[in-house]
Amino acid sequence: MKYVDEFRDPDRARVLCENIRRLVDRIGLERPLQLMEVCGGHTHSIFRYGIGNMLPKEIELVHGPGCPVCVLPMGRVDDCVALAERSEVIFTTFGDAMRVPGSRGNLLEAKARGADVRMVYSPLDALALARKHPDREIVFFGLGFETTMPSTALTVLQAERDGIDNFSLFCNHITIVPTIKAILDSPDLRLDGFLGPGHVSMIIGLEPYEFIARDYRRPIVISGFEPLDILQGIWMLLEQLAAGRCEVENQYRRIVPRAGNRQALSAIHRVFELREYFEWRGLGSIDYSGVRMRREYARFDAERKFTLPNLRIADPKACQCGEVLKGVIRPWECKVFGTACTPEMPLGALMVSSEGACAAYFNYGGIDLAEVIRRRKAGAPAGA
Amino acid sequence: MCLGIPGRIVAIADAANRLAVVDVAGVRRRVNVACIVDDAHPVESCVGDWVLLHVGFAMSRIDEAEAVRTLALLTELGEAELELDRMQSGS
Ligand code: SF4
Repeated sequence: MKYVDEFRDPDRARVLCENIRRLVDRIGLERPLQLMEVCGGHTHSIFRYGIGNMLPKEIELVHGPGCPVCVLPMGRVDDCVALAERSEVIFTTFGDAMRVPGSRGNLLEAKARGADVRMVYSPLDALALARKHPDREIVFFGLGFETTMPSTALTVLQAERDGIDNFSLFCNHITIVPTIKAILDSPDLRLDGFLGPGHVSMIIGLEPYEFIARDYRRPIVISGFEPLDILQGIWMLLEQLAAGRCEVENQYRRIVPRAGNRQALSAIHRVFELREYFEWRGLGSIDYSGVRMRREYARFDAERKFTLPNLRIADPKACQCGEVLKGVIRPWECKVFGTACTPEMPLGALMVSSEGACAAYFNYGGIDLAEVIRRRKAGAPAGA
Repeated sequence: MCLGIPGRIVAIADAANRLAVVDVAGVRRRVNVACIVDDAHPVESCVGDWVLLHVGFAMSRIDEAEAVRTLALLTELGEAELELDRMQSGS
């Protein structure tokens, strides 16, 4: 496993941590540095390898909104359930989305009540189902950032080429850049830099992040997912901060080309256009943060083909997902963390997927749950 | 969903529709390679290439070292087995 050792090398990790320590001292902080990892894949890796504990305590990692399943609002889940309950529909989805709570339960429960819900690995599997069942309507639940957008776009283009009319897409794709902007504009938050998403950037390239450095004067480093990638990304951020630079840098050059993936981008632009706004769980409505299908593809658009409830449903009162997403509180500081909200019975969406901050923290955070609950009851802030 | 999984292209299934067969840790499946082909790299030239797969689409060409590392990372994160199950589940 020589290829792997290189990225797990404890000596290199130690050297990086020492360099990070030195830079923190050089910067001479008056308050902790808050660095946000935008991508759920990073969140998962950070918790799995305990990267937070390797860093000087002056560095706080804020776990961003980069888990597409986690930020799906209740109303959209209700729309999925309504679609799935139509007798002519076979509703197809990635498995991750099955347990996201809606106001009338999740898709798994809809399936138990008799709806025809099927898990697929790929939108291409949904298209294959449409060929196999010409008498049914196959709806594919498209979600994810730019990493999965090309796959649904190309599937729609394939459906068009093959003249498959009983296939449609319920489009819930979201786009990362306006979301970072919304976070930067949010008054209750002070981020000092960003670890940029690796695989989203493989598609969109580096240019879309320029405004972060130019207009907001914050550094961003696109990073890979290995523990050493993440440490190196943090080190590169600190180098910038220490030197007073704000740039878009690429730690993950082996995967992320500066210009992104041309074929993928052209498929995305052919099929999708920006929505004026899109609703995020916990964050509310964010301008231009989602995409919908262009009118030319209306006949493959489930939102045009079927009537949907399309309601805005408030998150449960006890949920503090929004505050966790913005880094205002940490996962274990949510009042229902580990009690009313657990990975088995998630109340909030951040507990659903292994990429959600709460689930990652619950599974790998090394927390003493009894202690957290005891402190919460005693009214004391639940410490780390 | 966001991390993807590495695999190796072992055959071309349907060049016109940009479909290839990929081997991922012993599991074989048809995938779409439209995003990694162009005039310089036509479909026919892809056999033997390592790629990063996202939901049935090859999104990036990678080298073997990267493939091994990514698979090891996914295994440690508990994602590899899940992803292989998903790939085989079909519908
Ligand atoms: S513990 Fe549950 S409700 Fe609270 S922030 Fe996390 S996911 Fe949301």
